[in-house]
Amino acid sequence: MTRLLPYPVAAAAMLLAWLLLIGSAGPGAVLLGLLFAAGGAWLLAVLGVPPGRLRRVAAASRLLGIVLVEVFRSNNAVARIILARRDARERRSGFVRVRLEMRSQYGLAALACILTATPGTVWVDYDARDGTMLLHVLDLIDEEEWVRIIKDRWERRLMEIFE
Amino acid sequence: MSGAEDLPLWAALPVAALLIAGAALGLIGSIGLVRLRDFYERVHAPTLATTLGIGFILLASMLHFSVLQSRPVLHELLITAFVVITTPVTLMVLARAALTRDRREGEPNVPPAGTGRQP
Repeated sequence: MTRLLPYPVAAAAMLLAWLLLIGSAGPGAVLLGLLFAAGGAWLLAVLGVPPGRLRRVAAASRLLGIVLVEVFRSNNAVARIILARRDARERRSGFVRVRLEMRSQYGLAALACILTATPGTVWVDYDARDGTMLLHVLDLIDEEEWVRIIKDRWERRLMEIFE
Repeated sequence: MSGAEDLPLWAALPVAALLIAGAALGLIGSIGLVRLRDFYERVHAPTLATTLGIGFILLASMLHFSVLQSRPVLHELLITAFVVITTPVTLMVLARAALTRDRREGEPNVPPAGTGRQP
């Protein structure tokens, strides 16, 4: 399977992107999409992109649901902080360094996307040598709390999916 | 190009509401750029527009054109996916550039570079 079609997940995603772009699932669109997907997968193989593993699709869709809820919640929280009338002297923002166990590139990339998609947290830096990630948090109440959120809410689930 | 006046009322209302919600989030993000205190805080503000703000606007677009053309128009989903994947790149580049500069200038409030040691 992988010899015939390298990167099956990426190829499927490319086919889906093509069908969405064309806006039809007719035989012509599917045929052309399959051609592009196969070409794209072949290109990835030529470039030597490290193969990723996507396991547990159910866990991935559950994660997507949690991310959606968090996007709403954190947008609301950051909008409140910005519009708060009192000049928030008591609010503190700052950096948190989190030691990650996850080493999968794709898992780390997904974590970066999630943290950016939920306002209030920005991924700043990652040190591959000691596996620590530097995070900037807009409303930093308790650093331990944030380490726990990153590890329990996101890292554990992403490791299930990508490692 | 079919105009918005062909849109039935039952669809026009949610489309308008979604557009206003998305635009409001963009505005709040821009206000945040003015109100927040330092660079690292300001980086957070525009993410309102790039997450839920753009989400609302794309939903409005999908609803609008799906109703007008009487078929599902879903390529906005692709825009969502690309925005989600590419925003972290610019944010990271900006934040790391600021961090590098602050470290070199000896700013006291930024964390030192990672030790690079195994725990």
